[in-house]
Amino acid sequence: MKLSGADIFIECLRKEKVTTLFGYPGGVVIPIFDKLYDAHDIHFVLTRHEQAAAHAADGYARATGKTGVCLATSGPGSTNLVTGIATAYMDSIPLVAFTGQVPMSLIGTDAFQEADITGITRPITKHNFLISDTSKMADIICEAFYIASTGRPGPVVVDIPKDVSTTTIDFTWPEKPNRPIGYKVPHEADAKIIKKTADAINASEKPLIYAGGGIIISGAHEELLKFAERISSPVTTTLMGLGGFPADNPLWVGMPGMHGTYTANMAFSECDLVIAIGSRFDDRVTGNINGFATKAQIIHIDMDPAAIAKNVEVDIPVVGDAKAVLNQLLAVVKERKPNGWNTYIEEMKNSHPLTYGDKPGVIKPQYVVEQIYEVTRGDAIITTEVGQNQMWAALYYKFNKPRRFISSGGLGTMGYGFPAAIGAQIGQPDATVFDIAGDGSFQMNIQELATAVEQKIPVNVAILNNRFLGMVRQWQELFFNKRYSGTNIECQPDFAKVAEAYGACGIRVENPADVTDAIKEAISIRRPVVLDFIVDREENVWPMVAPGAALYDIMEG
Amino acid sequence: MKHTISVIVENKFGVLARVSGLFSSRGYNIESLAVGMTQDPKISRMTIMVKGDDRILEQVIKQLSKLIDVIEVKDFKQGSYVGSELALLKISCASKNRTEIMEIANVFQAKIVDIGHESIIIQITGSGEKVDALVQLLEPFGILEMASTGMVAMLRGLTERNNENVHEYET
Repeated sequence: MKLSGADIFIECLRKEKVTTLFGYPGGVVIPIFDKLYDAHDIHFVLTRHEQAAAHAADGYARATGKTGVCLATSGPGSTNLVTGIATAYMDSIPLVAFTGQVPMSLIGTDAFQEADITGITRPITKHNFLISDTSKMADIICEAFYIASTGRPGPVVVDIPKDVSTTTIDFTWPEKPNRPIGYKVPHEADAKIIKKTADAINASEKPLIYAGGGIIISGAHEELLKFAERISSPVTTTLMGLGGFPADNPLWVGMPGMHGTYTANMAFSECDLVIAIGSRFDDRVTGNINGFATKAQIIHIDMDPAAIAKNVEVDIPVVGDAKAVLNQLLAVVKERKPNGWNTYIEEMKNSHPLTYGDKPGVIKPQYVVEQIYEVTRGDAIITTEVGQNQMWAALYYKFNKPRRFISSGGLGTMGYGFPAAIGAQIGQPDATVFDIAGDGSFQMNIQELATAVEQKIPVNVAILNNRFLGMVRQWQELFFNKRYSGTNIECQPDFAKVAEAYGACGIRVENPADVTDAIKEAISIRRPVVLDFIVDREENVWPMVAPGAALYDIMEG
Repeated sequence: MKHTISVIVENKFGVLARVSGLFSSRGYNIESLAVGMTQDPKISRMTIMVKGDDRILEQVIKQLSKLIDVIEVKDFKQGSYVGSELALLKISCASKNRTEIMEIANVFQAKIVDIGHESIIIQITGSGEKVDALVQLLEPFGILEMASTGMVAMLRGLTERNNENVHEYET
């Protein structure tokens, strides 16, 4: 069969069951876009910046569990994807990013719009490829999707020189998919290790389950619930793990770490056994490592051997898939009845709830998040930007199901939430989607209002507008003598008017009494809505563990 | 502690950059690195000599194992392997010194691979210590140039799969 590289590319997307592609055109990818023009089964979403294409594909992946796909041209198109790729890499998100490249004969000549994107993305991808020959196109794309979506998932970049997509070859489809020789996907853990793990769990008086994003990637939320209830263990879920365990379950103690709950952080300090599942002991979780879980043995269950013992000493390392390992443990772990430890945890939860002050006539940002939770009955998909908005969303919206909280955890990318919300809404058209945003972050990808309007999607943005880069301001208030260097952003547009200018709907809310109705109204409007909540300017995120402090030195405001 | 790491990789472009990138991004300096084909032309073998903190090195080795193009990583235990490197030394050599230099080379079982009017090139293979010893002896004559390979290494006996000879990192 005579096929061009671009023909093979489109056919490969079909074989990988890709139905949505986010991207932006440019010179060297015109041959691919030309074929896309006739591929009516592939929904192409034109973003207004390549960075947003990568974030939208990432949001789509997190909301659906499928691999997100984006496409950009060579040079600046590809470098604009970089932040999105790094974001997906840090949070182990399956993403395949296609980039155009100058023709093979021009590579290395500083040609127009040339950038060495495989070199640039080497440390921020799970793997990357340069397709040097049209005959390799099908094998490489197949391998790229396999690598991105299996094991510990991650982004894969595939760089396609222009001549590789225009050359026509006599092509037959490979009979079996190409697989890398040295690539292993861990599944069940070694039986001896499971025995040792079960013994430690059975002997524990004060266990604490510390579950992360691995629960969601592995789809292990039901197994986690059974396991926690079997051993009556308190459960803390990380930012990436929110929704991996139901927030309305009495065993849940909230999120741990720098802005975690009092109970979660004290539970780490008091427990005799930490059972880490699909979490990686991030510095934002552990606080000062010397004061972390000093009375506990540590079991670390993870898909990635390199994640184990990276930040803390681990007593029992378990390499395996979270779901498979939990099933192995469920077969051998004994029931543990609630004891004094459970009572102690319960008392802590009651005596240290999340609270915030009240100021008459002023909207509290936490209240906005609470009201979004109330109105959506906890069933919305929430994306966030990064900073205070992210922490308030994580603390005050209660997630009972996985894939409902979508946030840049590892890289902490401002500007992520809005394009991710667009991707999530396209992946889950029936869901109610809110991007809980800050006025700073939203401006980093505000141009995507055009994408949302063009796609006719009912995505909502709730700006917690304090006219500050709030999280940095909070640190300046607490640790830098209130010297607000570079954080005052009072000069800003009227966001509601900007939304209207783009053809979206804009609602400005200044009175606490109007918050709930505005949220209800936004949901009822079946097109993009920007809610601009003018909130208390200098509200802080509490609780907080100061940088460098141990978890037990938590400040509650 | 000094480590001798053998990395079996798929022979694809970019693989050397991926491997060396893991060391450099952690501020690790590779002492020597040798790459070449194995009996299977699709597969290459790298021998990497590196010094450093064992905990960080363990992390680097785990990260190496994660690279898609890497098939196998082994950290050889001292004494369990044979290692060899090759060096070429160009010595400043007036004819009156020739005999003495050639005698020294002979003792080291090094070869004279080129003789000119004012210089001589010696090729030596063997352990790093052996090469160093020869360099020291030849220094007084004036070493004009030196080029050396990194060490290539191989476990002894039919024990490629015997884990006693390698440091264990698999968890």
